[in-house]
Amino acid sequence: MGDASVATQIANKWRKKRGSLIMALHELQDVKGYVPWEDAMELAQAMNIPLARIYEVLTFYNFFKLDAPGKAVISVCTGTACYLKGNDKTLEEFKKQLGINEGESTPDKMFHLQCVRCVGCCGLAPVCVVNGKTYGRVGVGDVANILAEWRKKFEDESKE
Amino acid sequence: MVKLTIDNREVEVDAGTSILEAARKLQIEIPTLCNHPDVDPSAGCGMCIVRVNGRIMRSCCTPVAEGMEVISSDAELYEVRRMVLKLLLSNHPNSCLSCARSGQCELQEMANTFNIIDAPLPNLTKKYEIDDSTKSIVFDNSKCILCGRCVEVCQNQQNVWALSYLNRGLATRITPANGIKLEDSPCIKCGQCSAHCPTGAIVEYDDTEKVWAMLRNPDIYTIVQIAPAVRVAIGEEFGFEFGENLTGKTYATLRRMGFDKVFDTNFGADLTIIEEATEFVRRFTQAPESLPMFTSCCPAWVDLLEKYHSDMIPNFSTCKSPQAMVGALAKTYYADKMGIDPEKIRVISVMPCTAKKWEIVRSEDMKSSGFQDIDVSITTRELAKMIKQAGIDFRNIKEEEADNPLGEYTGAGTIFGTTGGVMTAALRTAYYYITGQELGNLDFKEIDGLEGIKETTVTINGSDVKIAVAHGIGNVEEILCRIREAKEKGEELPYHFIEVMACRGGCVAGGGQPRVIGSGYAKPWGITDKIRKQRAAGLLNEDLNAKNRMSHHNESVKTLYKEYLGEPGGDNAHHLLHTKYVARDKYKC
Repeated sequence: MGDASVATQIANKWRKKRGSLIMALHELQDVKGYVPWEDAMELAQAMNIPLARIYEVLTFYNFFKLDAPGKAVISVCTGTACYLKGNDKTLEEFKKQLGINEGESTPDKMFHLQCVRCVGCCGLAPVCVVNGKTYGRVGVGDVANILAEWRKKFEDESKE
Repeated sequence: MVKLTIDNREVEVDAGTSILEAARKLQIEIPTLCNHPDVDPSAGCGMCIVRVNGRIMRSCCTPVAEGMEVISSDAELYEVRRMVLKLLLSNHPNSCLSCARSGQCELQEMANTFNIIDAPLPNLTKKYEIDDSTKSIVFDNSKCILCGRCVEVCQNQQNVWALSYLNRGLATRITPANGIKLEDSPCIKCGQCSAHCPTGAIVEYDDTEKVWAMLRNPDIYTIVQIAPAVRVAIGEEFGFEFGENLTGKTYATLRRMGFDKVFDTNFGADLTIIEEATEFVRRFTQAPESLPMFTSCCPAWVDLLEKYHSDMIPNFSTCKSPQAMVGALAKTYYADKMGIDPEKIRVISVMPCTAKKWEIVRSEDMKSSGFQDIDVSITTRELAKMIKQAGIDFRNIKEEEADNPLGEYTGAGTIFGTTGGVMTAALRTAYYYITGQELGNLDFKEIDGLEGIKETTVTINGSDVKIAVAHGIGNVEEILCRIREAKEKGEELPYHFIEVMACRGGCVAGGGQPRVIGSGYAKPWGITDKIRKQRAAGLLNEDLNAKNRMSHHNESVKTLYKEYLGEPGGDNAHHLLHTKYVARDKYKC
């Protein structure tokens, strides 16, 4: 039950503060990468908040993930600068090559695709970020290379 | 008080009143699909727009202000409202002909009123899987207009939190947490969501075909029983006044439909009182540590207790509900007496309630006769539909009596259908059991009416019996908190005997009762406190005028104990008339 206690610890930290559900859920997702059902249940119990309310919040904000995301999280910036510079097309290319929509993960759990609004380096627009690594001035033609790079990285890791 | 004008007519109302309510004082009915007096305004539908000092605003959630000038209707408002309706309909299936709510649907009525017959917008209705997992309530998201009444009722009035909003924007749906099935959620099947839904999105699980199949089978012996609250509401489906007591017509109608025997759940109510009063007297005089005691007739309350408050299970009366008692006896006592093979008997109960459909299969105790004690439970609404299908002229049918022996009842049995009624009936008999004398005054005004929590103290043989009555099941929380606190601190109990009914007003306003709407009726449509009071009055008047007003005077009940059960609270009675409770998880998955 090592996992379970994470939710309870977080709940104990936030339960006394009014309106802190969102903060608790943020923290839970930071630790786990997403918000599993069992943890949401435990949080509900420990914070004395109905589970139904917790899922109202979880499903209202698209920031929250309900399923384990893929290993490589691809964030395509659709902030004003990146969007105007053509990141909408790059996003479409990612969707096409991965066969998923934004907010989804590939069935093999290797990639997760999401949109973000500005990562703070508009000078490099259009920008994509994969697991913290920033790619500047990306175009449709770079998509295959980025995906290949991460596939290879995971392959090498699994060989070690 | 605040003074304002609506359509150039002056009106004075309390501060905080909404424009929509203020307009009703001037007989102006502003259209709305989401507003309902039982729930906080959600400003969900957008139909109730009015012009406030020139600006278009929603009247349901805009409070009145001094000197405000409101226009309730003009050409532009009319056009905007029509557009709102067209947009709602663009997201709603065109399946009125085969919808359970057809003819009694607020959306359908509104569409007719606003003359939506011309070029509708493209239909973008999404198909959703219909959730009938509870076999009590059926939820079809595709017919939902997101008015939010059901969520308000489920979360705030009932404090059950089965229903909630999922997702946002166009993807918004109303479901239990994370879109799971109702059966896996904390839903207690009270059906107040279905009583408040303006469309066909939430309806009862239809069991009428099962009943017809039994009636058509010549080898089957069909027994029907009607609950107390049914008799004062069924008439509304046939143009009678709210609360008119139509017991005799209902009996006659059921007989015409082909039921072999027509019994009355009120008999079961009297029997419940004998068992429950016996249980209470035993706890009060011999086992004070087992106090307080809660009534257990309401299946939604049983469900809530098992899921949310299992620490209180030892305090729950072990008595089955009246419908369950009649079911168990029909297939044992009655079958024996008449020499009928119980295997051939089918018991059908007509209830004001959707949770009763769940109760009949809730545990093995519901098979105490060796068979399933009750085979089908239908709501008042389903019975009304069946009467219409059978082509019976309910308005003009001549009144008849129920069959014996499970048809006799006292005034105490009939008031089971309203908040405070079970407690009143129990006190009359408990008083007699303790003192050997009859109560002088049979009515307890303090526990009558629609206050959420009602309290009184009755002195019996020099001891104070502290009573509480809760209805609208969210109210039970406060009572439980007081009890837990007193127990923790080792203080004197705040209450000894507590009646709980899940629906506001009690069974008269149950989730299976008629939802009377239509151009002939004043708005607001659906269940309101006014109707709750009228239906309750129908039962209370029957009690007031009854020859017999105490359950222990029911001759058929006395005979039953003499011939079959033995002592109240004895082994036989326990086997057939009592049940056990188990702690259960709120979520099954």
